[in-house]
Amino acid sequence: MANLVAEFEFLLSVLSEPQSQGMLLRMNVVVCVKQIPDPADPGALDPQTNTLKRDGKLILDESDSYGVEMALQLVDTAGGGEVTLVSMAPNGEVSGLRTALAMGAAKAVLVSDEALAGSGALSTSKVLAKAILRAGEADLILTATESSDGYTGVVPEQIAELLQLPSITFAKEITIEGNTLKVQRQTEAGYDEVESPLPAVVSVTAGVVEPRYPSFKGIMAAKSKPVDQVTLADLEIDPSSVGWAGGGQEIVLVAQAESRAGGTIIEDDGEGFQKIVDLLAELKVI
Amino acid sequence: MTVSKIWVLAEATDGKVATTTLEILAKARELADTVEVVTAAGAEIAAEVGAHGATKVFTVGGTDGKLLGAPVAGAMAAAIESGNAPDVILMATSYTGRDVAGRLSVKIDAPVITNVVDLVESDGRLAGVVPIFGGATDVSTKFTTDNVDIFLIRPKSFAAEESGGAAASVEELTVPDLGATGAAVVTSRFVEEKTGPSLDEAAVVVSGGRGLGEKDNYQLVEDLAKLLQAAPGASRAIVDAGWVPYSYQVGQTGKVVKPSLYIAAGISGATQHLVGMKGSKNIIAINKDAEAPIFAVSDLGIVGDVHKVLPKLIEALQARS
Repeated sequence: MANLVAEFEFLLSVLSEPQSQGMLLRMNVVVCVKQIPDPADPGALDPQTNTLKRDGKLILDESDSYGVEMALQLVDTAGGGEVTLVSMAPNGEVSGLRTALAMGAAKAVLVSDEALAGSGALSTSKVLAKAILRAGEADLILTATESSDGYTGVVPEQIAELLQLPSITFAKEITIEGNTLKVQRQTEAGYDEVESPLPAVVSVTAGVVEPRYPSFKGIMAAKSKPVDQVTLADLEIDPSSVGWAGGGQEIVLVAQAESRAGGTIIEDDGEGFQKIVDLLAELKVI
Repeated sequence: MTVSKIWVLAEATDGKVATTTLEILAKARELADTVEVVTAAGAEIAAEVGAHGATKVFTVGGTDGKLLGAPVAGAMAAAIESGNAPDVILMATSYTGRDVAGRLSVKIDAPVITNVVDLVESDGRLAGVVPIFGGATDVSTKFTTDNVDIFLIRPKSFAAEESGGAAASVEELTVPDLGATGAAVVTSRFVEEKTGPSLDEAAVVVSGGRGLGEKDNYQLVEDLAKLLQAAPGASRAIVDAGWVPYSYQVGQTGKVVKPSLYIAAGISGATQHLVGMKGSKNIIAINKDAEAPIFAVSDLGIVGDVHKVLPKLIEALQARS
């Protein structure tokens, strides 16, 4: 069994040492973002590989726009520092990254390599963790709680474990006091106040902030912001440990799910509500 | 049996085992010779998980006030590395389940299959069935590693049922030094007051979506829910827009519901939403777009304006009571 954590240990000194006291004067935030096919386009499986087809233009996953916004606000509050994006894609796609750069992120690291195709959550996390270390000093690493297309929801914790950092998932609100991170964490019953030292990994719940629209100036500026495009070799990652080869999984069956029998669809003529009342009575709900 | 030993992560609140855990135990005992649980909830759950088929409880102590991901995964990994490995570990797709699974997968370098709604046998190993495209297609995937199989199971995938077993024996696991990874602590807990039945348990759910037009119109959903003793729910679109809290959300992210009646008002039926509600016994949809995907899963679909249909419906129900 490979000792993943040991493999990362020598790299970890790159992450920010806690600042000695008082308020942070600068705040460097890394945000992990994913570029996904437009969800308005329902997508299809490639019959050869059984993975989601990824042709066509990719956009910034809306789930990630909340983390980008939160990162920009935290840097503003600290009064200095910058937001760096980290992403991976098999084909060098940058259009989604440009959206986040236009919102105000300073730069991006994009891991692009054909061998990444078919990567599962654990492979993705190994790649993102190394890309985060390449991105430079980070006080805080933000992610979404899950992507809108793959939605495994385990990547944030995997990244935290690889980087040997504390983590808080499902954040509604983030504040920084000195070197302490304070998070309102969504729970089944309401929310918990959770504290952690920095640096740390936090996953941000969708909808908790209003992502800004890129301004025209922002869009123009984004075109010239640096995107550090790297390969697996640049990150010293063995291609056979990621993608199809490193997935450790095999699809044994793809089947149509049982579909529901079609029901009665009627145009409302002003009396449509009566049909609902009748059905409620028939079902003995009323 | 398909496999020899399964571990189930047992979650509990105030000593009462979570329904999702009991659901998973029901399936686990169908698949494995031996079912054991790992929990941070303490030995007090031994009788309840025993009655649902577990023969042993591994307790993880000292977790008070901590987020459970790092300590529980640490204790599991230490037990596995000392030779006490199960074939399969099952956890719920819950806040805690995802945290533990993520940490554990890195600690033992094993991938995770998530969003599983069923487990089936495939050449002596388990495959997890995962719905994609809003549940239109099921993909069954199994592991090819020589490692422990970790699956995250969606709520309501199986029916919880007692098997009448004796209280499980109790053994404490050791939590190794977690370093910085265990540093997150809960300083206070807030419970959002909600009246009426919970989304998880309600026999009727009334959900609203973007078609309501604006936040204030969600009151129509609340009013209808009250009249039907239903739980109010929401699509992701209006949760993201800040109209209602995340705890209202039905869908892929959010709650999976299977009530006897689900009413979707102004919800188009994006994949995200359908995954969370298409298991409902009866579905009524009101939407102005006749092409909306929600109608494909509806027993009764009203193509119309929710702002007209809902007030009339509410009025008619008030007149009856």
